[in-house]
Amino acid sequence: MLSKEEVKNIAALARIGLNEDEIEKYRKDISSILDYFQKLNELDTDSIKPIGHITGRENISREDRVEDAGDIGIKEILKNAPETKGGYVKVKSVF
Amino acid sequence: MIRDLHEKLINGEITSVKLTEEYFQRIEEKDPQIGAFLTLSRDLAMEQARLVDRKIEKKEKTDLLAGIPGAIKDNICVSGVRATAGSKILDNYIAPYDATVIKKIKENDGVILGKTNMDEFGMGSSTENSAYQKTKNPVDPKRVPGGSSGGSVAAVAGGEAVWSLGTDTGGSIRQPASFCGVIGLKPTYGRVSRYGAMAMASSLDQIGSIGTSVEDVAIILSRISGKDMHDATTAESFGKKYEEYLDGDIRRLKIGISKEFFGEGLDEKIKEQVKKALDKFKSLGAEVKEIDLSHSRFALPVYYIIMTSEVSSNLARFDGIKFGLSINDRVKSDIPSGYAESSLLEVYLDTRKYGFGAEVKRRIMLGTYALSSGYYDAYYKKAQKVRALIRKNFENAFEEVDVIFSPTAPEVAFKFGEKTDDPLKMYLSDIYTVTANLAGVPAISFPIGTVGNGEKGLPIGGQLIGKWFDEETILKAAHQFEINKK
Repeated sequence: MLSKEEVKNIAALARIGLNEDEIEKYRKDISSILDYFQKLNELDTDSIKPIGHITGRENISREDRVEDAGDIGIKEILKNAPETKGGYVKVKSVF
Repeated sequence: MIRDLHEKLINGEITSVKLTEEYFQRIEEKDPQIGAFLTLSRDLAMEQARLVDRKIEKKEKTDLLAGIPGAIKDNICVSGVRATAGSKILDNYIAPYDATVIKKIKENDGVILGKTNMDEFGMGSSTENSAYQKTKNPVDPKRVPGGSSGGSVAAVAGGEAVWSLGTDTGGSIRQPASFCGVIGLKPTYGRVSRYGAMAMASSLDQIGSIGTSVEDVAIILSRISGKDMHDATTAESFGKKYEEYLDGDIRRLKIGISKEFFGEGLDEKIKEQVKKALDKFKSLGAEVKEIDLSHSRFALPVYYIIMTSEVSSNLARFDGIKFGLSINDRVKSDIPSGYAESSLLEVYLDTRKYGFGAEVKRRIMLGTYALSSGYYDAYYKKAQKVRALIRKNFENAFEEVDVIFSPTAPEVAFKFGEKTDDPLKMYLSDIYTVTANLAGVPAISFPIGTVGNGEKGLPIGGQLIGKWFDEETILKAAHQFEINKK
């Protein structure tokens, strides 16, 4: 079973605010699902290579050409932003 | 159904405007009960319909799909139309562009009626995790339609749309198709571009079609598939028309069955119907052979590790800064007051606390844990190794057989609230569908019978899984089953 501190740490890493009740609830839920994951330990996979892309595609390339989209869409995109300033998305200071 | 409507449109028996209006009327009458739609795009639909009618009037060549109304799952962007993905965090989000599949549907003049309800960001198996409303199973309104594409499937099953698009990460098209008695296809990973579909688990997500006949599902697939520079996983499809591959017998078709799909937890009555369906395939000349998919018994834990890991990464974009709900944005949202001007970290924490529902938070945290330092090898890397073994199982199996047959789900549509308290119980509903996503192969669910529950009974779906990029064979086999049902 995960500890309360572990759940708080996961929530902080995931940037999700939780109250005390939620911490307790997720502690139980997540622990029981993690137990279920243990089923995979029945299988010895030491010599197996983890899979990459499922249909085996790699290194998709294209010509390095700029496609100028003009200013189409800027208005529509900014309409969805909570805060804008001078045609940019406004972000809170990091420090 | 699409072909019939197309003939009628061409013959002048009906117009697209009339047809589209009729569907909006059906939505008005039925949707207060069914609850399939979140947003209607009436202006767009009527404009599309008028354009098609003008083309037909001028005897211009029109596509099979032209003028025929369908519905779109709400995690796929339609330019200028609200797209919530069933989440409060995108309550006020207006898509600024068309997804590639929408661009293609529009190029073929398919009419878009609106956006359908779903489990938040595709996370659920009953559509009960929508932040907005419950969608009822049109077969029995006391029961769930399945999920996560519950709205798209219920719209088609309830006669509110001719066709629809859904997304399938672990069974989200096939399981509801099974529950509601319609046809749902998850194409091969890479067959259809996901550009403009909100990413849930990028190594598993695929867009697919839903309809009331196998042919309809094939018609839609032909129109949405193909290579797209905006989605590097896509493969060339050379303009293949899948609806032209349905005819002909299935004699000597080799159907594989695996005991992993008939194990513990499978409803006996479903098992019976699956056996009957196999007899039907045999009577049509197919050969049935047992194959080894033994690693499939690990599919569900592998799926839940990989999916939650990718979810934790993909949903990091919902941060209250660029779009969607923001804790600073009380004008458009209903965030409780008391969250005064806060630091950047608090914006993240509070926006995601109030924007996401319980299941989404649970999966983000599970994935964060599985990817976190010290646990990565034990969970994510281990899961990717077992995934390689599952794929190997399929490679070997497809050397012996052409397709694999199984039940779509271990159960019929369940009642509301039956599984909401226990996430693991809900996850088990996907036990037979997740394998195809992990292996990247195409799979279709189609009705094979019904069980109990009064006169009409509850639908049961059968699943045919095909080789990579071989949608034709499963579509043909399902079509032959469909037309020889009696």
